Amino acid sequence: MTLILNVLAAIGRGVLGACRSVGAIALFALDGVSHLLRPPFYPRLFGRAFLEIGFFSLPVVSLTAIFTGMVLALQSYSGFSRFGAESAVANVVVLSITRELGPVLAGLMVAGRIGAAFAAEIGTMRVTDQIDALTTLSTNPMKYLVAPRLLAGTLAMPLLVVVADILGVMGGWLVGTTKLGFGSTTYLASTLNFMQAEDVISGLVKAAVFGFVITLMGCYHGYNSRGGAQGVGGATTAAVVSSSILILALDYVLTEMFFG
Amino acid sequence: MTDTPKIRLRGLTKRFGAKTVLDGVDLDIAAGHGMVILGGSGSGKSVTIKCILGLITPDAGTIEIDGRDILSMPRREREELNDRIGMLFQNGALFDSLPVWENVCFKLLAQKRITRARARDKAAEVLAQVGLAASVGDLSPSELSGGMQKRVGLARAIAAEPEIIFFDEPTTGLDPIMGAVIDGLIVDCVKTLGATAVSITHDMASARRIGDTAAMLHKGRMVWTGSAAELGQTGNAMVDQFARGEREGPIGMELRK
Repeated sequence: MTLILNVLAAIGRGVLGACRSVGAIALFALDGVSHLLRPPFYPRLFGRAFLEIGFFSLPVVSLTAIFTGMVLALQSYSGFSRFGAESAVANVVVLSITRELGPVLAGLMVAGRIGAAFAAEIGTMRVTDQIDALTTLSTNPMKYLVAPRLLAGTLAMPLLVVVADILGVMGGWLVGTTKLGFGSTTYLASTLNFMQAEDVISGLVKAAVFGFVITLMGCYHGYNSRGGAQGVGGATTAAVVSSSILILALDYVLTEMFFG
Repeated sequence: MTDTPKIRLRGLTKRFGAKTVLDGVDLDIAAGHGMVILGGSGSGKSVTIKCILGLITPDAGTIEIDGRDILSMPRREREELNDRIGMLFQNGALFDSLPVWENVCFKLLAQKRITRARARDKAAEVLAQVGLAASVGDLSPSELSGGMQKRVGLARAIAAEPEIIFFDEPTTGLDPIMGAVIDGLIVDCVKTLGATAVSITHDMASARRIGDTAAMLHKGRMVWTGSAAELGQTGNAMVDQFARGEREGPIGMELRK
């Protein structure tokens, strides 16, 4: 009997803890967003975060997209050739990249880069009293540290995904034309004919949501980190893991909303 | 000087979980005075200061500044009040993403009392007050030594000419000469500004140099208040033990033998 009760108690504690975290993150997000609507604004900090997310993530995201497009072409060719449907390779590549792989893989790469960097930077500021110092210097830390980053993440991710979409398709084209024997114009024509605005737009909306989630997790875990180097390390891990899982989970939810 | 103290604490209480850190702290700090709060590690000195700064919300008690209760104040008024308070953090807490000059003029820039173009010159002026060359302004805080970081932290705290300045262990981690230099700068700056200075420290030499009045915090309560010059011969066994750094006395360290 006590064993059952203990198990139930453990489950209950877990659920309560999870609810508390979700509530805390939601309030944190609301607070951060509300500061975007009230002055003073920090365009300089927004610009710096935007550059960090949008520009300096380009190499990682580009390489990911190119290789994904290449593999996709190769794999779908070898699969579809069993049904004599090789001509569908270009369509499969563009559909998978724009709808799914562009936003999700770019999101995961940015989560590793930016989520970790933000959590470590803000976490270090927390444990070295810099966040308290902001308050004593007439500056709201949520407005100064969190709001510009949230906005930058939400706006920069879609731009990154546009690049990822283009390079992913080009990766497929590269393999298709050099290895699989497609004609260059035929491949591109069938890509463009098959692609619909809805595919691209749904991917960009996903990207914006992922950008918000990544920066939110980075800021939240950094802001609430405690206890020196170990605390900052824990915050960094938590930021990357939670944003990666949220990206995959939200990807399903958003796909269901768009195409379900 | 009026009779209303600049800062008045009454029954200030704060618990973290089961641990009571502040257990009804009462304290009056006169305007333009130098107050030193003494106490061992974990006696609640930092928490007291953080409560006054609004970084921690106390569970019970009142905090009055200029006779007005700051805990029941609307947020905007509270922020305006905070604009008149400066703080030197124990390890400086300089923003390492910004150059020294931007650190020094951070509050002035945040309050839009100065343009960015003017800020460099202003920073050079304030740095000169703490004995640093204008060229330090272009360095990053990570390029500075501990003593220089403390001095830049002091410059940042006084740049906006606050009415109240808090110093959290200003000499901890510095060599004795640099400690004396910092104390001298603190006394000069506070005198120039006519500010009320509240310092927490466990460095007795420093306490005598920067304090007019001293108060001792032990286990979350104020156990003694008196003149800083008398430290070591106050007649209060607890304060004297602390001031002389003796192992035997009413304050027992909870060590496992």
